[in-house]
Amino acid sequence: MTPTDAKRPLQLNDQGQLRHFLSLDGLNRELLTEILDTADSFLEVGARAVKKVPLLRGKTVCNVFFENSTRTRTTFEMAAQRLSADVITLNVSTSSASKGETLLDTLRNLEAMAADMFVVRHGDSGAAHFIAEHVCPQVAIINGGDGRHAHPTQGMLDMLTIRRHKGSVENLSVAIVGDILHSRVARSNMIALKTLGCKDIRVIAPKTLLPIGIEQYGVKVYTDMNEGLKDVDVVIMLRLQRERMSGGLLPSEGEFYRLFGLTTARLAGAKPDAIVMHPGPINRGVEIESAVADGPHSVILNQVTYGIAVRMAVLSMTMSGQTAQRQFEQEKAQ
Amino acid sequence: MILPVPAELISQMAIDLKAHLARRGITEPRFIGIRTGGIWVAQALLRALGSDSPLGTLDVSFYRDDFSQNGLHPQVRPSELPFEIEGQHLVLIDDVLMSGRTIRAALNELFDYGRPASVTLVSLLDLDAAELPIRPNVVGATLSLKPTERVKLSGPAPLILELQDSSLDPAL
Repeated sequence: MTPTDAKRPLQLNDQGQLRHFLSLDGLNRELLTEILDTADSFLEVGARAVKKVPLLRGKTVCNVFFENSTRTRTTFEMAAQRLSADVITLNVSTSSASKGETLLDTLRNLEAMAADMFVVRHGDSGAAHFIAEHVCPQVAIINGGDGRHAHPTQGMLDMLTIRRHKGSVENLSVAIVGDILHSRVARSNMIALKTLGCKDIRVIAPKTLLPIGIEQYGVKVYTDMNEGLKDVDVVIMLRLQRERMSGGLLPSEGEFYRLFGLTTARLAGAKPDAIVMHPGPINRGVEIESAVADGPHSVILNQVTYGIAVRMAVLSMTMSGQTAQRQFEQEKAQ
Repeated sequence: MILPVPAELISQMAIDLKAHLARRGITEPRFIGIRTGGIWVAQALLRALGSDSPLGTLDVSFYRDDFSQNGLHPQVRPSELPFEIEGQHLVLIDDVLMSGRTIRAALNELFDYGRPASVTLVSLLDLDAAELPIRPNVVGATLSLKPTERVKLSGPAPLILELQDSSLDPAL
């Protein structure tokens, strides 16, 4: 096992640059801003005739998805391809894992195929950390979502969306609405907003869908939707994660929509130029009304575009951090 | 060594560039500066030419061949080309030509936008240290430096050249 936390956080190299991207926890404001700035310049690449730059030519990015995903998987693939990397995607849930191979064995095999980066999505919280600690240190690990814990690239693409549409988050009121309990997106967003200096972070949810100790994130909790949405600049809706619910948390979807669904009428309580975000996939008529999802306030599809740029930034920055670390260690050895 | 004064070089470069473009029969050149020094030189050159052509800017960080050694430049800015590249005669402008690797990266990037009819290379200084077969068509001055010496351009106005020597100042 590599020594980590005592000397420096696992996801940073000796110079404080990203070498893995596991969680937004412990990353400072400068680093988050650097990710956003880098993503901004990659956005321009996506608007060109040839949407490709040669930064990661000859590198192999391996998407290892233990959980289903469409948006995250395809935008990671596209991000890697736009950086000229070679990409393979493994849906582990449908391959060797079902034949009894362990997570570690699967990864060791991929490592033996000389992959340079793993993008990992897993249903268990902490899976990406575990992999970053136990695979060979030359492989950069990107967390594509682990259980209820974190979805850091989603968090950063949400920050990029807010910054591009509303400017700096510092003086904005941001409401995160819905199934906070099961949401890794909510956790990553709360950490990112706090780190970037947002002073008014609100979470709106029924008591049964709020995690214990939510106050530690420095947020204001509302159980009344109208009260929570009053004069906000940004509304981040969350998907109701029915697949993670073991029953008893909600009376019914209809009841949830009646109390916490984002409708045109409810949105009228927010600022007139408020933006509406959603990490997708959206459940129309469960957490959001179709007219809102497709309406003028919605930036849901812009989020997808920004997601590619953010993932390009994270892939190139971690690869760069890994390379720098290897060089540093070689020099030290001499 | 006494370094030349950029303003004086630029007026001569404007004359040389005009002559070069006339010889080639290029009437509508498109100007592109390489971030950051190249943009300053390009702006000064456009003023000297009395031209109000739009200036394209190129940041070649995503195209450099030393990414695997040096990593990503921390402050990459978007490239902005306010005109078509396809079929156009381009004038590519940089401040200091050394190994030629920046120009190679810039050419690669430009070709991702389209197929230019021609590319003319203009550089304020040529340090006579090419590692690739890349030579400027128009150059302000050619210098030969000691291995420990470097030239730095500061700007945008006035443009000032400064000689740095890492054997005298270990911080460099």
